[in-house]
Amino acid sequence: MTKVLTPLAEHDVATRDGLWMSPVDAERVTGWSLKPEGMCRPDLCVPLPASALGANEVDVAAFWKKLGGPVVASERGDVWALGAPADERNAALEGLEAPDFTLPDIDGVPRALSQLRGRKVFLATWASW
Amino acid sequence: MWQQLYAELKDNNFMVVAVAEESRGADHARPWIEQAQSGYWQLIDTEHRLEDLYNLVNVPQAIWIDEAGRIVRPPESAGSTDHFRRMDLATRTMTPEDQAERLAARQAYLDAVRAWVRTGEHALPADAARAGLPKVTPAIAEARARFRLGVWLRANGRAAQGDLQMAEASRLHPESWSLWRQAADLDEVGKASGPDFWKRVHALGDKPYYPPPRL
Repeated sequence: MTKVLTPLAEHDVATRDGLWMSPVDAERVTGWSLKPEGMCRPDLCVPLPASALGANEVDVAAFWKKLGGPVVASERGDVWALGAPADERNAALEGLEAPDFTLPDIDGVPRALSQLRGRKVFLATWASW
Repeated sequence: MWQQLYAELKDNNFMVVAVAEESRGADHARPWIEQAQSGYWQLIDTEHRLEDLYNLVNVPQAIWIDEAGRIVRPPESAGSTDHFRRMDLATRTMTPEDQAERLAARQAYLDAVRAWVRTGEHALPADAARAGLPKVTPAIAEARARFRLGVWLRANGRAAQGDLQMAEASRLHPESWSLWRQAADLDEVGKASGPDFWKRVHALGDKPYYPPPRL
């Protein structure tokens, strides 16, 4: 099994030669599903080059690079990380809608920024280091 | 750190969300959080997700978000200043003048937050808020992915491989103090503010470590 880290989750997936995987796993990892038009979300399809398509498998690394997202791997090639494309981050920020997130508090209770809609929020970082 | 501000303003439809960028995990942040006895949210961000989403480079940085969930001030230094750069490293003290200036700058920042909550002052129009956003470059996006991979490798008993990924992340995104300091801290607690940190700070020359907010 290969470990694939995405900005919000981690997945254990059967792969070969990098990130070739079944369309079902590709959808689980990326949120995009394989259709005749390419890799699709409800609002958008991105055509896949023929070189990234096999018999019942997809090269997720090639697809992710086509989206403009970084694809990096451990030296052993057993752990991969797919990062958010720079354009996607910039577009989200430039829209000025504060990107939502869910993080745990000290007791492990998940808290989402969107729960605070209707209040002004001072969102600040800190660290012990 | 923000408890007094929160206590003063909590009845004005206001919330503080303090996010610990802490890859060592919740237990490492716990003593600070318990001591703060805060009524506001104290969240733990082991993978620095917030820094990825909001393109942050240091702590403390703050973003102001209005009632409709819109960013009205882009990420800015949240009350910290560069006076520490002039401190006497042997005694770890600042001159009384620097201490006074530092406190005054912090006070001015907190007063600006108060004014915003009470009257809306200092909220930027959309164009100005947008203009203040630093751009995410492909190198920064890759740095985030490598950092995420590095944190995972470190957390799974592969420290040396994790460090390589984190070093590459810092090389790709040298403006991020958080990436560098978190990696140093994971290597050894205290290293994030050790001699290598000061070397990096000195190498800034005239550039700020905490760019002052443009209030």
